[in-house]
Amino acid sequence: MGTKTNATTASDQNAHLTTPTRLTGAEILWATLVGEGVTDVFGYPGGAILPVYDALRKFPIHHILVRHEQGAAHMADGFARASGKVGVCLATSGPGATNLVTGIATAMLDSIPMVCITGNVSSKVLGTDAFQEVDITGITLPVTKHNFLVSRTEDVAKAVREAFQIAKSGRPGPVLVDITKDAQQGTAIFDFEAAKPKPYRPHPMLSVEDSGLAQAAELIRSAKRPVILAGHGVIESQAMEQIQTLAERAQIPIALTLLGLGGFPASHALNLGMMGMHGEAWVNHAIQEADLLIACGMRFDDRVTGTTATYALKAKKIHIEVDPAEINKNIKVDVALIGDLRQVLEQLLPRVGGRDGSAWIKAIEASKGAVSVHDIKNLPDSGHLYAAHVMHDLWRITGGNAIVATDVGQHQMWEAQYFHHEHPRTLVTSGGLGTMGYALPAAIGAKVACKDKEVWVIAGDGGFQMTAAELATIVQEKLKINIAIINNGYLGMVRQWQEFFYESNYEATPLVSPDFVKLADAHGIPGRAVRTRAEVEAAVQEARSSNGAFLLNFMVEKEDSVYPMIPAGSALHEMIRRPDSDPLEERADDK
Amino acid sequence: MLHTFVAYVEDLPGVLTRVASLFRRLNININSLTVGRSERPGLSRLTLVCEASGEAGHRIRASLFKLENVVDVDDIAQAPSVTRELALIKVAATPQTRGHIFDLVEVFRARIVDLTSESLMIEMTGVESKIEGLIEVLREDEGRILEICRSGKMTMRRGHHTSGVLRAMGTVTEVEQSANATEDNAAAKLK
Repeated sequence: MGTKTNATTASDQNAHLTTPTRLTGAEILWATLVGEGVTDVFGYPGGAILPVYDALRKFPIHHILVRHEQGAAHMADGFARASGKVGVCLATSGPGATNLVTGIATAMLDSIPMVCITGNVSSKVLGTDAFQEVDITGITLPVTKHNFLVSRTEDVAKAVREAFQIAKSGRPGPVLVDITKDAQQGTAIFDFEAAKPKPYRPHPMLSVEDSGLAQAAELIRSAKRPVILAGHGVIESQAMEQIQTLAERAQIPIALTLLGLGGFPASHALNLGMMGMHGEAWVNHAIQEADLLIACGMRFDDRVTGTTATYALKAKKIHIEVDPAEINKNIKVDVALIGDLRQVLEQLLPRVGGRDGSAWIKAIEASKGAVSVHDIKNLPDSGHLYAAHVMHDLWRITGGNAIVATDVGQHQMWEAQYFHHEHPRTLVTSGGLGTMGYALPAAIGAKVACKDKEVWVIAGDGGFQMTAAELATIVQEKLKINIAIINNGYLGMVRQWQEFFYESNYEATPLVSPDFVKLADAHGIPGRAVRTRAEVEAAVQEARSSNGAFLLNFMVEKEDSVYPMIPAGSALHEMIRRPDSDPLEERADDK
Repeated sequence: MLHTFVAYVEDLPGVLTRVASLFRRLNININSLTVGRSERPGLSRLTLVCEASGEAGHRIRASLFKLENVVDVDDIAQAPSVTRELALIKVAATPQTRGHIFDLVEVFRARIVDLTSESLMIEMTGVESKIEGLIEVLREDEGRILEICRSGKMTMRRGHHTSGVLRAMGTVTEVEQSANATEDNAAAKLK
């Protein structure tokens, strides 16, 4: 495992980066990855990628063997989200390649920079339905930013370098490089410098005009009820400081998208919290009442706007966005500043002066009403364990400093509501595609990227089972990852929709699961079940202080729902609110 | 409304799929698509005509630009331009009935490019309505038209118009010179 029998000194290893050398295509691939600064690759071997695996021992790159290629893609994705670097995954042809697809689409929908390398059959038999042949460039065409089919050894370095450039430029995204087996086996002169791609061509429709900046500044100056909507772009363009300056100088409250969480400190007085379907009522109310929305690095996703017909009708809208195709796609805007968010804000800030925003901020504060009284985390302990308790305690005990990888569903929304992210890249979650099974592998990627950080997996009992095989990867890699399963015996979010919109017809949502503690034990991972609120703190501390990975199986309230909720296609102000009375009656079988 | 996009794309395998796939994903039918070599080495030029909402133009153009192999995109919209289509029409005609068709061809300023005892082939270039006109007249006699092959529209803006993108790439001669220079360099390196 990972011992490099032929390891040479660092200077020898990197000699080929400065001196053109004849290498095999497989060696060229690794040498190019080394040149691009890659340290870790997540992958799974197979026939059509074997030459690449055979050459690995000569290069200073650590390979993490996954248990399913979907895991490899999510790990590369989690690695990228936690570190800001390009994540790399590796798979063989055919089923190896198709297993990546969900992970690639996940990265595509959330604009995550990733390079996926797949082997393919020899170029002579391409298109003949050879064993384990699949048209992976065709399959991934709509879910990659770009892809390459490389059938000549001399093209390997150039394609891989270009893939890295494309993946991290402009609006980031995944790029796939499919390399035929003969291209891996052949030899060519490797010249890292000569393979350098042309400078990246910015999207020709980027446009930040002086008149637009002036107009935006004037709208900000004259606004009475402005709200900043901050998305993932804040983190991707590293505009955290700029957005904070804008908010503080002009005293404008900020609402965040799910992927924007961490882009602006949760504890900041101007932070309203998450907007949209499961955002707090006052946040969405503020957006509906606003007279100016400053949308920064976000795309007015349907989970954020509800029905667009009634979305923020009173507001002028400024959209600062790097992707011209997002302008006026979902919501018509008054001023579009199309460019890198950080650069645009740096141009805009000198034009923005101090403002008195206190009246509007007070009005929002007043609109919160008695919501916190009904908040489950503030209710007296009824003996029941709610997911909200778990999230709240995890946040409190970790000081909010852990990297949390969530799965998709109720627990994901509870995490977003109750775990308050102070720093960017501390929440790793599938927002756009909503990929169940994401949390465990993504957390592995995050831990590999940030070895000194505390990493938590938060997953539901449903999603966890989709990729639970990666527990073995954690053990093989000796990773210290804490796992919290929010176990309610249901596919909870689907059950909630059935309760609200399908007359509580719980078709196919009750879920029988293995004993997760025993499952962990079978992998050599200790764990324990947690059934009451009183036990949470000690259990979390036990997990944190355990030397290796640790699994906590939180047996939470079975039929709890995420509140508030805007039904899909409804207006932002048409929320299903948390019931005033204790929402759940005591039932004998609750525990 | 009818949109006409003129694009310069890299002359590589799969590029057309990427362009076509974008329209497929938006569930937009492509009315016509013509592709051929352009004045620039390595770049093909295409004219794509499709039916979509008025607002869709901006987004389609922006999305086309997001394709790595797409170099330039022009949304012709209402800009002054010349549009032409080429049609080859094979009609059944005996020596006895040819005369009438020769007259039609003359009137429509088309050409006869193939002639046999049973059929002849008409080549016609023009705007869509003119080609439709000839076809309509030929259809007046049932069974006369055997085959129609139409190129789809080709569009070019009128006047000395060059997009910012192409201007930034330099004139055709400059591009050729720099391409030659790169090849020379590569050749020198190999020696």
